[in-house]
Order: sequence, then structure tokens, then C-alpha cells
Amino acid sequence: MLPAQLKPEHFTGYPPEAKELVRNHLQTLRQLPLSFLPLFLREAIAYDWKFPAERKELDTQLAYMAGLNAEQLQELMAPFARLRLSPEMERIDWVNEPREFSEQLTAYLWATHQIDAFREAALQFGQKTEAAKQAETASIARLGIAVIGRGAAENHYPLFRKLRRHGVYFSNVQASDGLRAVVEKTALRAEAHPIPFGHWYIEGAAAEEVPSSRITYVSYSSLGPIQEAVVATMRRAVETGTGPEALRTRLAQLGPQDVGMRDSTKEAAVLNRFKLSMLTEGSGTQLFSTTFVQWTAREALRRAQPVTLLVRFAPRQRERPMNELLARTEFKPELDPQGSLIDADMGAYYTWINLQRLPAADRSAFLVWFEDHNEAVAVGPTMPRGTESSSRISMRQLLEMLL
Amino acid sequence: MSTYSRPHEIAQAISRSRREFLRIATGACAAKALFGFTPLLPTVPMRGRKVVVVTFGGGARDDETFSPDGQENIPHILKELVPQSTFFSQVSNRGILGHYVATASLATGVYETFNNFAMVPPEHPTVFEYFRKELKRPAADTWVVAPSNGFNRIGESGNRSYGHGMGANVILPKRLLAAALSSAGDANYEHLLRDNYETPLYTPQIRGNELELNQVAEILKLSASDFAAHARNLQSADELSVYIARRLMRRLAPSLLWITLHDIDIAHSGTYSLYIDAIQRSDRLCAEIWNAIQSEPEYAGKTILFILPDFGRDSDADAGGNGFQHHRTGDPVSRTTWMLVMGPGIRENTVVDRRIESTDLVPTLGALFGFSPEMSTGKPISEIV
Repeated sequence: MLPAQLKPEHFTGYPPEAKELVRNHLQTLRQLPLSFLPLFLREAIAYDWKFPAERKELDTQLAYMAGLNAEQLQELMAPFARLRLSPEMERIDWVNEPREFSEQLTAYLWATHQIDAFREAALQFGQKTEAAKQAETASIARLGIAVIGRGAAENHYPLFRKLRRHGVYFSNVQASDGLRAVVEKTALRAEAHPIPFGHWYIEGAAAEEVPSSRITYVSYSSLGPIQEAVVATMRRAVETGTGPEALRTRLAQLGPQDVGMRDSTKEAAVLNRFKLSMLTEGSGTQLFSTTFVQWTAREALRRAQPVTLLVRFAPRQRERPMNELLARTEFKPELDPQGSLIDADMGAYYTWINLQRLPAADRSAFLVWFEDHNEAVAVGPTMPRGTESSSRISMRQLLEMLL
Repeated sequence: MSTYSRPHEIAQAISRSRREFLRIATGACAAKALFGFTPLLPTVPMRGRKVVVVTFGGGARDDETFSPDGQENIPHILKELVPQSTFFSQVSNRGILGHYVATASLATGVYETFNNFAMVPPEHPTVFEYFRKELKRPAADTWVVAPSNGFNRIGESGNRSYGHGMGANVILPKRLLAAALSSAGDANYEHLLRDNYETPLYTPQIRGNELELNQVAEILKLSASDFAAHARNLQSADELSVYIARRLMRRLAPSLLWITLHDIDIAHSGTYSLYIDAIQRSDRLCAEIWNAIQSEPEYAGKTILFILPDFGRDSDADAGGNGFQHHRTGDPVSRTTWMLVMGPGIRENTVVDRRIESTDLVPTLGALFGFSPEMSTGKPISEIV
């Protein structure tokens, strides 16, 4: 089937809000090329469970395309329309299985050396829709905080090497009460600016306290049973001889109910799907807590675009070298605080980069702190780049300076 | 700036950076400026020449290697190998960025287009088949030591004019180890076989032509129990691969030996510290391989070593990726890699920054050995041959 043949009844299987969205824009969708439309539908089909920021993005893209005349829309889509697809792709049920289409399209584009042209087309589309958007006027500047190195008693690794040049390196931060200060700061902002999914706390272990119900809280340790269910599904699939691509498809089909999650409220339904996708779509998130925290922070920023994000890394399990694996000793899970500190240092840098990709980045502020130690780097409009401060400062004072 | 020139310009900038990093770190010279550029004449007769190719199945970025912050991770390459080598700072891979298909492309000189995870042979003849068919070399004269995720089919293609019985012997050391442990009644080796870090629990079923344990034991004069005992002293699968490669060099002295390292691909698990550990280990292993070449009478003075990643990894700047973790964006950083060549007849302490293709490797090997890889789309690298 081709996009021009779309009818309202084709979307019968879509969830209610997604169905309404696409049916209201059917005239526009019919004009889109096959190399683009299923990718758009892959997002639209999950509309009911998307964060407010994601919904707004989709609404904006649709409104932008609907506002163009036929010629303009054709010009916008021309880079996609120029891609050559195989006739087999038209036979895929891309309306109801847009993810499967997307996987096959990706493989086909790589195999036919068209992936670079697709990449360029996607970049152009993003730039044009972005330019058409009205400038965001967020009520408050974004704040990102990364707490790294929990459990690392000492360190010989040059921390914050990539971030120091962007802000102030503080070498004499009062460590006591530091964690409480950053958690309270997050809670204060959540209470003062009650934006749905606007304030997040992502924890590598378990938080001692989350002092506001307005904070969206995700912790690695609380997802233990879900993680086990996902890993069990992976094992079953592998035992039946499934290849990695089929395995990915199988994981993508897992719903919250399949792993024992309950959609008690609309918000819970949205968050459950997000949490599950961290384990089914992430690579390494099932095994390493540092990877889970970094990837979850990336996805939270990209998808929910929060105004406050607190991430706290915890020690991950130690990767055992081959000689230990062969030693036949009883496996005792061990943690690797030193390796985790290095992972988290890079994870904090990536969190800052992803924060910078959001609107009004010039107003945003970022803090990374080596937990229970005196070192931190603060980046923001009030922080002179590439400078150092050895003055004694509390975490509360530092946060006040930052924003 | 036109949209089509941008990736090219980025690739050139990467190349310039690498050259500058190397100049600062090692004092390496730019080839064009000094020589204009003619290769040194071969000092070893073609018939007696040997080649060892080392590829990384899972590239490392400049950020963690050649840049000022990364140089601490590759001391052996920078201080021992680069000063003796010609370094190509801009090797472009325009094919599919999956490890098996990309390594197969390196081995055929054609950008192969098969599914990276499929258990299929390369479509086009491999360098091993050209080598054996045209030069009438025996099977024992070319070997592949590779990680186990699907690489068992890399020794020979599905091409009708070449193919079955004309390729290289393939050794998958981790598979051998599993077999050795299994025969010893030790079933606790599942974790060891994990080698696809993109899908951590996935372990491919082998349906290919890799050598069985007893065959290898006979060839290498190494019992299963000795093999397993030796493995217990090694930290990683790549160390096992290099151990096997050294054993092959000692026992059979193949003229064309291809070693694929894979530890770096732990980066897919998102653990930066383990990725760095693997880079440091690979750096050390590359130096060990070169030292082994120098210490083996059958290889010393007549062997050219090629070291090259199959491709790079995503840059931090590309929003479509997640930095070092993957190679999914197809951005210039993930497509632009490097190659180091050293041995008799190769200019030392030299940097070449013109762009070459990863498919140029096979025609270059053809020119060194005297065979014609008729189906390769690459060109012999003029600075080498």
C-alpha cells in the first residue's frame, strides 16, 4: 500500500488519541512519501503514551506540514521522495507495524548506500520544522545536576576533564549535606513550577528520600523485577534461535502488563512505558546501572524535556575478566566503584550535552559533583568558562550561585 | 557550505587533527611535503613475503586515542609502532557499519551489503581466495583468527568461481575454548561466549566451517586441557586470539595471517571505563603482535603489518547517537578511520593524509603478493606498493 491510498479505517487498531490525531490529518499524511510516513506513524501510534513535550513536537510537525500547500510539502519531502525503496516494502503493513517497517527500511538504506542521503534528509527536515517553531519561552531556566562516584573512596582519574573548560571547577566544596541540598533543590523547583513530567530524579540505586510527589522518579533498583522479566524474555528468545533483529522486535512488543507493571493512572501508563523502553531498547541498561542512568537521562531529556533533572550514579556490577570466569569460583556479585566513577564522569558529560540540545540552552545550568568529596564543576551563564575556585563553598551556596 | 561537502570536510578535519596530534606526540612527518610521495622499493622478494593484518571489530574514536586526552591510552602505538610506520590518517568506510559485514568488506575489497547478523559468506571473493587460487598456495598458508559472532564464514566467499575449499582456515578461539571446557565437563562458560554487546545475551549458533577443536589441537600441537589451562591466565578473548595467532605463526608460519580483535566493542554496553580498558589492551596486543613478528625467524625482516579499525564510533556531537557507545549514525567520525602499515619497504615515521578507502586494502595486498583481485572496487595504495 502507498500513502495516497490511506483511509480512516486503516487506523482502527490505533489507540484512541493516536487515532484521532492521524485521522484529523489524513489529507496531509496521504501526500507524504513511503520513506517518511511510516517513521512518522511509529511516533504517532504511541501518542497516547507520550510525554507532553513529545506530543507538542508531533502536533507542531503536523501543523507545520498541514500549513504548507501541495507544492511546498512536496519540496519539503523531496529528499525523502528521492530515496529508492524496494517493492517489498510497500507490502509491509506499515500502518500497524511501523516499527518493523522502520527496521527494514534502515537495513535497506544501509545495504543500498542510501543511509547518508536519508541522514541528510532527516537533518534538513528537522532544521525546517525547528525553524518554523515559535521560540520557546520557558518559565524557568533548566537545571541539570549529576552526582557521581558514590562509593568511590579515592580517585586517581582526572575527573571532569571535558566539562572544566565550559565552567568553573570547584575544589573545595563542603561535602556534608551535599546530597540533601541537591535533592531539596529539585523538590523546591518541582513544587514551585508544577509542570507534568517537568522535574526528574534518576537514581542508580535507591533514593533515601524523594521529598516531592511532583518529581518523576526512576530508580534502577526499583526496576529489578522488570529487569528480570525482560532478561527472561531475551533468554527465551535466544534459546529458540532468534537472531538479534527478531529479538529487538520481540522486546519492542513487550507491554507493561507483560512484565507485571500496572497502569494505575494515565501518568503511570506513560511512565511505565518509558521505564520499560529503557530496558528493552537500551543497550547495556539491563546489566550495568551506570549505563541505565546515563541512557535514561538522555532519553528523559530528549523526550520529556524537563526543566529540572537530577541524576545520581551508583556503582555498577564488576565485569569479570576471562581468567576469573574460568576459575570456577562461586560467582559473588561485586561492585566496581572506581570503574563506575569513570563511567559516570562520561555520563555526566553526555547529560550536559543533551541538556544543551534543548531549547533556551543558553539559560540552562549544570552541576556535576563527586559525591562525598570536595570536587564539582558548575556550568551556566553565571559561571566563567575554564576557571577554578578553591574557596570553601557549601552545596547550597553553589546552587544559589548557579541559578 | 553545501550539504554534500560537509561530511567530506569533516573527514578532512579529522585527518588534519590526527596528523597534528601525531606530529606533537611522535614527531611524525607529513608524507606529501617530504617525499612527494614514492614508496620505498620492496626489499623482500614477493615469494618470501608475509603479511599480518590486524583489524579492530569495534573502532576507537580519536577522543580516546590520538587526541591529547586520549594518547595516554595508546602508548605502544604512539611510541613504538607509529615511529616505524606509515600512518594513513583518513581511511574512509562508505559501507555498512556492522562488524561482520565491514570486516568482510575489508577482506573482499568490495562494500558487501549482506545482513550483518546473517550467517552468510561474503558475496565477493576474499583476499584469501585470490591469494590461494592465483598463487597456488596451500590451505595452511592463510589463516583467520576471529571473534565468534558470525565470523566463521569470513574465510571464503559464496562466489562460484572461488568459494568452497579455496579460502582461509578460520579459528574462533572462544568457540574452541567452549569446546575445550565442555569436553572437560565444565558447563559454566556461557558468559564467556557473550560477544555481541549490542544485544548482550545473544550468542549466535555456529553453522559454518570453522575448525573443530581436535583439528586445531592437532595442527597447533596443543591439547584441549593445555589450551583451557592457558586461557585461565588470560584476561580477555582478544588475548586468547593473539595467543592462538602466535601459536599459528610458530607452528605453520602462514604467509597471510588475519587477526580480528573485538574487545573494544564492549563500548556497546555503555561502560566507558571498560571501553577504555579494552583500548589499552588492544594497544598492548598490537605491540605484542609486532614483537612476535620480530622474534619469529619465519617472519622477522620479511613481514608487513597492517593495523586498522573496521570503522569508527559515533561522535559526541551527533544527536542521533550516544557518543562512544555505538556506530549507528553513519556520521563522518564513525566512517573515518586510520591505518598503520609497517615492515620492510614501508617508510617509517610518515603520515599520509590523503583519503583512501577501506576497500583499498585488498588490492594493496594483491600488489604486495602478486595476485589480481579482479572484483575489488578499491585501488592499490601508492604509498605502499
